[in-house]
Amino acid sequence: MPNSPLTPGIVPARLSAEALARNFADHEPPFDLHEARVAADRCYFCHDAPCMAACPTTIDIPLFIRQIATGTPEAAAKTIWSQNILGGICARVCPTETLCEEACVREAAEGKPVEIGRLQRFATDTAMAKEVHPFSRSPSTGKRVAVVGAGPAGLACAHRLAMKGHEVTVFERRPKAGGLNEYGIASYKATGGFAAHEVDWLLSIGGITLRTGVELGRDITLDALRGEYDAVFLGLGLQGVNALRAEGEEKEGVRNAVDFIAELRQAPDLGALPVGRDVVVIGGGMTAVDAAVQSKLLGAENVTIVYRRGQDRMSASTHEQDHAVQAGVRIIHNAAPLRVLGNGRVEAVEFAYTEDGPGGLTLLPETFRLKADQVFKAIGQTLTGAPDGIRPEGGKIALTPAKVWAGGDCRAGGEDLTVTAVAEGRDAAEAIHAHLTAA
Amino acid sequence: MADLTSNFIGIKSPNPFWLASAPPTDKQYNVERAFEAGWGGVVWKTLGAEGPPIVNVSGPRYGAIWGADRRLLGLNNIELITDRPLEVNLREIKEVKRKWRDRALVISLMVPCEEDYWKAILKAIEDTEADGVELNFGCPHGMAERGMGSAVGQVPEYIEMVTRWVKQYSRMPCIVKLTPNVTSILPPAMAANRGGADAVSLINTIKSITNVDLDNFSPFPMIDGKGSHGGYCGPAVKPIALNMVGEIARHEETRGLPISGIGGVTTWRDAAEFLAMGAGNVQVCTAAMTYGFKVVQEMITGLSQYLDEKQMRLDQLVGRAVPNFVEWQHLNLNYVTKAQINQEECIKCGRCYAACEDTSHQAIAMSPERVFSVKDEDCVACNLCVNVCPVENCITMVPMAKGALDPRTGRPVGDFADWTTHPNNPMAVQAAE
Repeated sequence: MPNSPLTPGIVPARLSAEALARNFADHEPPFDLHEARVAADRCYFCHDAPCMAACPTTIDIPLFIRQIATGTPEAAAKTIWSQNILGGICARVCPTETLCEEACVREAAEGKPVEIGRLQRFATDTAMAKEVHPFSRSPSTGKRVAVVGAGPAGLACAHRLAMKGHEVTVFERRPKAGGLNEYGIASYKATGGFAAHEVDWLLSIGGITLRTGVELGRDITLDALRGEYDAVFLGLGLQGVNALRAEGEEKEGVRNAVDFIAELRQAPDLGALPVGRDVVVIGGGMTAVDAAVQSKLLGAENVTIVYRRGQDRMSASTHEQDHAVQAGVRIIHNAAPLRVLGNGRVEAVEFAYTEDGPGGLTLLPETFRLKADQVFKAIGQTLTGAPDGIRPEGGKIALTPAKVWAGGDCRAGGEDLTVTAVAEGRDAAEAIHAHLTAA
Repeated sequence: MADLTSNFIGIKSPNPFWLASAPPTDKQYNVERAFEAGWGGVVWKTLGAEGPPIVNVSGPRYGAIWGADRRLLGLNNIELITDRPLEVNLREIKEVKRKWRDRALVISLMVPCEEDYWKAILKAIEDTEADGVELNFGCPHGMAERGMGSAVGQVPEYIEMVTRWVKQYSRMPCIVKLTPNVTSILPPAMAANRGGADAVSLINTIKSITNVDLDNFSPFPMIDGKGSHGGYCGPAVKPIALNMVGEIARHEETRGLPISGIGGVTTWRDAAEFLAMGAGNVQVCTAAMTYGFKVVQEMITGLSQYLDEKQMRLDQLVGRAVPNFVEWQHLNLNYVTKAQINQEECIKCGRCYAACEDTSHQAIAMSPERVFSVKDEDCVACNLCVNVCPVENCITMVPMAKGALDPRTGRPVGDFADWTTHPNNPMAVQAAE
């Protein structure tokens, strides 16, 4: 008897292969040419456009949309990539509803912004399909730069440095480059191996050596890199996961949401991936939503996100929350986990209702229990393994020693978004270039 | 509902919306569909002389330009007059007129500039019971090369001559359709008037190339790698047509000559504007070709509502704007307005700022919070900001009261004074001496 959503425990193949394929298909299919033209026609070509200001990488959005409207999506893609070399993945994963599209004047005018994200995808997909790389390298400077971490920040930094004529070596602890693009986002946002394909395309500029399976602190040290290279960029990301600080969280069936998401992304066969019948996700960010929605799509019967504060405090955007609810996920606000119950293996989670007052969050006396055979922790990631010589401030890297720059989620300031990481990596590359070429 | 019944040079129709002589009026089938949809009348597509019918190209006949969302703004065509045998057209016209007594049916004609040809064609159409004829002196492509259409309309003497023949050999009301492909529309209109025309209709299409095919380097519409100019029509030509209609309506020699207004009429509003500018009715083509015959229903309800709201009869609207159509020299130079931006309506796109700052008078300020405001001391009231603003009525032009100090000039707003009396006008100075 095959498994179904009603099968107790954490089991694979709750749904048929066809249903899984349907569930994990591209969740927002690309525009075709006609759709892109219609969408592009809505752009007003604003002066000093608010959408540009809202984009962490400051892409010239009115210009690229006009280039689409006039039949030159390849030129549009170059406009995008000149500011954001990972414009392809950003078009898929950016919370545009809180960035460019929120700022779009048509949002103010009609409550319906120009679909900037989908237009960006149209341009970058069209240009990438031609398999040409629009940038070339400047003459070699003879300078060598080490980039630690092949996530969005590291890749953006490496590409810009390579363009400027420097020799770049990228060290990545995981087997594949891409960082969260490859391991940390919901599968249906980057189908068809897009993240890996984009990395290959990015590296095709040349001058970048990628060394995977190399971890800072274990295989290499910052001191050694500083000695060997002219500059070092740290794009470490956040590898630690915050604890629930709830009794019994070590029980079987409780795991980090990021690990589940990564495993799902790398799974060659979704039917072989086990998931619980009653899944509880604790947290209020994108990771929580991605883990919850994908649990549901894998066939879990009941999936509940529990967040300790109110809806307005969730870092997952309203759009993401709506997406979760539409997928059949229940979201409970104002409840914090007290105990993970079960005999060795999780059977339920006990929560207390909370009140978010001026004095902070307080637990109310009333509690409730949710049945659970699988619990995902998604209450934020932390910087772990900061190299010697760097003292994180507020959990993140603020100051770096000479010849060292940092960017992406590990760096203090800015939101923890792919697009912000790209901006920081790019800007660090410009700073490194200025430093290396100063007389 | 206001009464839209129209009587144009004695031709009655239930409303003033006629279909112009063009592809939509080439056949009984189309014309009956138009009447079923509510059109007040049609001008049947131009008939030629007896003999072998006209031949059309079998490649594209139309080219177009579009606005946002591929909204058709201008259409051009290289189609000739009817390519169906004369007797077929005449039979169908007669049938249609018998079936649709209350609708206007006018026949458009184009034959060589020889008296016998006109005499013959007028005789041929005599027993169709059609309400009138329209002389096609406007078609600018194809037929003009053969000495007809606009080749006639560009020579006032020919217009007058042919119009006389028509009035001599027929008792039907005669409308002369004018070409806009002239330096001034007045001499052709005056010629038609002298020839005894009952009315003029305008404009016919404008010589045009809509675009160039950038792969084949040929004008479009492209026929086997070559392109010829076509005749341009649609919403894009309305401003040109309104001016020409107004020029005829206000000129002392042509004032009172009935006008059938043609050129980009797409909505009831366009039609009302033509009527106010002096047209007694309107003819439509491109709007029907773009959206189908049903568009007339919006024109009917819209014009009725407007007349009701204005408490005006249709005939009271005709020509109502003509006295206000003056030459530049008679505009009040002491009339001062200032742009005003409604901050509630503003969506902060900044197009007004870009337009004013880059291309005009630097009269709009932009704050760091994207609040846009007009600098009255620099605003010359050019209206460009109003025109580029995506939100209708967000920016308006507010007149300054007489006596108020114009911060731009430092002078109070004065009484009416136009160029004819302005001190900078050498002619005015001469007159004063």
